[in-house]
Amino acid sequence: MSLADVILVIIWLGVTAYGIFGGADFGAGFWDLFAGNATKGGPVRTFLEKTIGPVWEANHVWLIFVLVYLWTAFPEPFVSIATTMFIPLTLAAFGIILRGSSFAFRKWAATLNRQRALGATFALSSILTPFFLGTVAGGVASDRVPLGNAAGDPVTSWLNPTSILGGVLAVGATAFIAATFASREAATAGESGLAEYFRTRAVATGFVVGVVAIGGIGVLAADAPELFDGLISARGIPLLVASAAGGVSALWLLFHRRFAPARLAAVLATAAVLWGWGAGQYPYLIEPDIGVDDYAASNPVLAALLGAFLLAGLLAVPSLVYLFSLTERGVLGDAKSKYEGSTESLLAAMLDDENR
Amino acid sequence: MFEWVGVIADANLTAARYQMAISLGFHIIFAAMGIGFPVITLIAHRRGIRHRDPAALQLAKRWAKAMAVLFAVGAVSGTILSFEMGMLWPGLMGPYGDVIGLPFALEGVSFFMEAIFIAIYLYGWNRLPARLHFLTLLPIVGAGIAGSFFILSANAWMNSPAGFSIAPDGSITDVNPLAAMFNPAVGVQYVHMLLAAYMVAGFTVAGVYAVGWLRGRRDRIHRLGFLIPFTLAGIAAPVQILVGDVATRRLIDAQPAKFAAMELLPETRTRAPLTLGGVITDDGDVVGAIEIPGVASWLGTRDINGEVPGLDSVVPENRPPANVVHMSFQLMVAIGTALLALALWFAVVWWRRRDLPLSTWFWRFAAVAGIAAIVAMESGWVTTEVGRQPWIVYGLVRTSDAVTRADGIVVSATAISLTYLALSIITVAVLRRMAKRFAAGDDTPAPYGPDPAVSR
Repeated sequence: MSLADVILVIIWLGVTAYGIFGGADFGAGFWDLFAGNATKGGPVRTFLEKTIGPVWEANHVWLIFVLVYLWTAFPEPFVSIATTMFIPLTLAAFGIILRGSSFAFRKWAATLNRQRALGATFALSSILTPFFLGTVAGGVASDRVPLGNAAGDPVTSWLNPTSILGGVLAVGATAFIAATFASREAATAGESGLAEYFRTRAVATGFVVGVVAIGGIGVLAADAPELFDGLISARGIPLLVASAAGGVSALWLLFHRRFAPARLAAVLATAAVLWGWGAGQYPYLIEPDIGVDDYAASNPVLAALLGAFLLAGLLAVPSLVYLFSLTERGVLGDAKSKYEGSTESLLAAMLDDENR
Repeated sequence: MFEWVGVIADANLTAARYQMAISLGFHIIFAAMGIGFPVITLIAHRRGIRHRDPAALQLAKRWAKAMAVLFAVGAVSGTILSFEMGMLWPGLMGPYGDVIGLPFALEGVSFFMEAIFIAIYLYGWNRLPARLHFLTLLPIVGAGIAGSFFILSANAWMNSPAGFSIAPDGSITDVNPLAAMFNPAVGVQYVHMLLAAYMVAGFTVAGVYAVGWLRGRRDRIHRLGFLIPFTLAGIAAPVQILVGDVATRRLIDAQPAKFAAMELLPETRTRAPLTLGGVITDDGDVVGAIEIPGVASWLGTRDINGEVPGLDSVVPENRPPANVVHMSFQLMVAIGTALLALALWFAVVWWRRRDLPLSTWFWRFAAVAGIAAIVAMESGWVTTEVGRQPWIVYGLVRTSDAVTRADGIVVSATAISLTYLALSIITVAVLRRMAKRFAAGDDTPAPYGPDPAVSR
């Protein structure tokens, strides 16, 4: 295993983290869109907002991380993808801008109609962004990105069977993960009605995504033969099995309302699909002849990236775990209950003193 | 037919440059707020708990909410930039992506820390122990200081490429990421931008309370809300001018054509004049300017008879568009000087009376100081970026050789301009809405769904 392989594994960890944590945030937008009118959807939207509010910005870092590591470790393949995929990447970029800003603005909107407009922008772009990113993945996976400055077809590189499969799978997976996560969080918060609401949706989307994924293998056989060969190789098969096992057990566990292990199984199923793609394509970054070692940066650069990764592990990961644990325990979630030693109660005491 | 190919390629280059300029120019405002606002909030929060000052603590709480909205827009507009680096500039990121990758990776770590701790601080008001809650501000401030270094390092590298060799066949070898990161231009550029961020955040936040002051709101919240950010910006202002002077003098050897464009000097000469206003014609004549003899030489060399470079120090095809650079540079310097004057005005009044100025004109100037600081920062970026042209990597890669060959950049550039225009308007509207709610004593956002408070 070369240093370039190590960096590639790190990049794939980033892809996985973005798929799962970023995916859960995107999926929250999916369910926001289908939550119904303002009266009926109000509690659902409020709950979703509460679950992703503290974490959604931090979850952009996975994407930034993947892009930066790709361009640093594999510069020429990176710019080949970025320039050929100019259209879907631009559309995804717009999705990211509109989604994040409308989400941040929505809670301060003055009227219900403005909230509706911002909410719809947030929700629609939450679906379009993973779709377009999925089409990029599909184009890369089906060898449609040649090496060079915008060398591939600007349209068919991302409008093709594998890309459509990638886009649909991406949207479906985000919806599935988000519903699974939300059902667990609702159950923990004692919101049994919401837990049921998300549970039925998790089961339904999980089933649909599973069917699409199985059908997708046929699409790959016809449209992306090299990836297909990789998938049915000794490297790919275990991951396919893991994904199927994860998906089936997630559905089974959801069905029996075992939310915590269901969440784990859903994560496993999604991660296995992403690693299956990686394993199926390895050792080629793009196009069958653009190999990992041939187009990697030199070792000092890769070593520096490894160092930055370790630094991130040392600083950011404990911080993130702390944030997740605070949101998980509901510590950051509920604004109404007050903690005695908090700054807020300190402020209240000061204001009391002043008024006396 | 080949002429047409040339025209299309030109249109693509212009559109790509324009898109990059809009994307960076938009993001930098939010980035500056992300660097400076936490410092202001930290000072207020510290004052609140140290001196049991509820007004200061209330300010910190409100500022955290405004900071969160600004940070969100900054986060998404910053994410887009990493797309655009590859989509628009393959000729930069392909050959040199590995050379300048490290600072971007480290910036990612800083951004991560900032995002995590902003969330903890914002949501921790009534849930974390007070001491711990205050401490969560420190990593936010630290991430701003570190993150701006990394980004400025990458930009400084484009001005002063270092940390690699070029083999006879043109390929890049011996890449040393640390040498690239600590390139010769980074120090002064970094300090200049960090101070700019503190000035932009300080004058902008103070400006909000100056407007309130003009409208007769003179309670303790408005007093402190003005004092804290204005003091920070006012301290940064004089230092900024000294740093700017160092940055300019550095250019004489490092980027002579940029210096010549900033000072609008056609020829390398001694006793070069400071050229106020004016434009340079295609024939190389400066018209419509007020010239003060010897001052440009003095600024560049500390000797009124010193020799400073003119545009003729490089061949014509390597010269930047001097008029844009000159105008933006002078605008930045003029605003910077005016802001320094405003800070001095305040300092003199405070020193004599230990109180805020009474003059309405002071408050009028203070009200627009934030916008002025933003204009100055943008002008500074135009100066350094346009002044580097025609190079994307100074002396090595031309911008025209680095641009993407994909079609449709005109469309995406137009779309992003409209989107950012709309976002700017909504951001201002949301912040005003927030201020109104605060003024009405309501510190919480609206709930979802129909609610008497929101469905009016």
